[in-house]
Amino acid sequence: MQVLDATQGRDILEELVEVIVDNRQYLSDVDGAIGDGDHGINMAKGFRLCGESVAGQSLSLSKALGTLATTLMGSIGGSMGPLYGSLFMGMAKSVKDKNVLDAKDFGDMLADGREALEQISDAKVGDKCLLDTLIPAIKRYRDAVEAGDDFPHALQALRNGAQQGRDSTLDLEAKIGRAARLGERSCGHLDAGAVSCCLLLTRLADSTERRLEKAAA
Amino acid sequence: MQRIINDPDNVVDDAIKGYLRASPSLFVATDHPRVLKYPDSPSDKVGIVTGGGSGHEPAFLGYIGEGMCDAVAIGEIFSSPTADAFLEAFRAAPHEQGVACLYGNYAGDNMNVKMAKQMAEMEDIEVKTVIARDDVASAPAAERDKRRGVAGEVMMWKIGGAAAARGDSLDEVIRLAQKAVDACSSIGVGLSSCTIPANGKPNFSIEPGHMELGIGHHGEPGIEVAPLTSAEAIATAMCDPVLADQDFAGSEVAVLISGLGATPVMELNILYAHIAERLEGADIRVHRTDIGNYFTSLEMMGATLTLMKLDDELKPLLDAPARSLAITQR
Repeated sequence: MQVLDATQGRDILEELVEVIVDNRQYLSDVDGAIGDGDHGINMAKGFRLCGESVAGQSLSLSKALGTLATTLMGSIGGSMGPLYGSLFMGMAKSVKDKNVLDAKDFGDMLADGREALEQISDAKVGDKCLLDTLIPAIKRYRDAVEAGDDFPHALQALRNGAQQGRDSTLDLEAKIGRAARLGERSCGHLDAGAVSCCLLLTRLADSTERRLEKAAA
Repeated sequence: MQRIINDPDNVVDDAIKGYLRASPSLFVATDHPRVLKYPDSPSDKVGIVTGGGSGHEPAFLGYIGEGMCDAVAIGEIFSSPTADAFLEAFRAAPHEQGVACLYGNYAGDNMNVKMAKQMAEMEDIEVKTVIARDDVASAPAAERDKRRGVAGEVMMWKIGGAAAARGDSLDEVIRLAQKAVDACSSIGVGLSSCTIPANGKPNFSIEPGHMELGIGHHGEPGIEVAPLTSAEAIATAMCDPVLADQDFAGSEVAVLISGLGATPVMELNILYAHIAERLEGADIRVHRTDIGNYFTSLEMMGATLTLMKLDDELKPLLDAPARSLAITQR
């Protein structure tokens, strides 16, 4: 059975930092259509700070995710700081005592992150927010594991679920956040939080899959 | 953009420098760059903390001082302060008797305060909250928990601050601050949009010749967009939903008219003359009126009306002495 080495997490974290920093302008442009236009600026600021603070360190996956969580909560503010902060904190706590993660543990980690996020926010699927990406992606992943798919196939289900979830926000009318002001006019635009969440989950799946391949080789 | 700024990404920090220099008797820096405290708060009283996004000046920092709040967490423009900032504000305020965190109902603030409160528990600082929900345009009375906090927050800070200053317990301060904001009904009218310097373009748009009744403090959608009319008609449009929200008839009230940033104070008084007439006609006695820029939205044009129903318990607290940037009275 394929397992992910959870004693080393800095490289996965650095990939998450990279994907957000690389997409700073794109995320702000998506946000600018219906929101404040600052999503990319704020996210990149928090993720970059985190990347700088862990440079050169040896960190477990739990420590790496925990550092990301506290950096985001301490530096971004607004809604995204606590939402992403609690997501990553929940994931960090979930794998705290684990040296390796199998496909099921990985799904539990995602679900624990989701649960932590839901404890501080009443947002739900259909509100045109990052949960529109997160919830179906996790569900697709866990369904795949339950159906007997191996780790890489389950990761593909995670990516597919995330992308479909992200795209589902295109036709939604915003219920929360600044875009709610636009009502029907928010339709036809992606939600920036759903887009950043998709970028993060996709990169997390890519990075995990590469690690599995390396371990198998 | 016609603005007096340096780097648009640093406007909040640059403004804090100015406030610290201008009013050293009201503001002192703390261990967190986005937290200021009043230097002379007695340590044996209940601490009052507030906080929120910037761009609403003199809110939120203008309400720390004597008989008011003790510490403030300051966010980016229109964006909640971090949980760390709220936590540092809890530490910076007197906290041996507990801390009352009095703020407005916005998703980001709710989450960050909730997390800061949990972190404070780990340090044995007891924090209780009152969340202002006075904007009648943001949800019907039956869904009051969805309403946003607007200028009624000023009344909440004044009442809570005065209760803490006279030595009330945490539970009593919380009860009175809650009572204060429950007694408030507010509504805004916007005549123009506003621009966050880091974005460089207007946050939304109101067509010239139009106004938006019920607009929120960040441009959240209102009840209706209508052609801009006379001050008299605007007063009527604002009074109707406010007077329908609570039974004010026969009672005494405090009235707060705040500009949204770019409307001349003269026009606020023009508006008030009509509001006062309307209140008189509805058998509502005005105990006091405050008119000025108390809770703004950058350079938005427009105004908010807040009506607070008074009783023998709230009145002395409202009239108690205070010294802060926004409210000073003997």
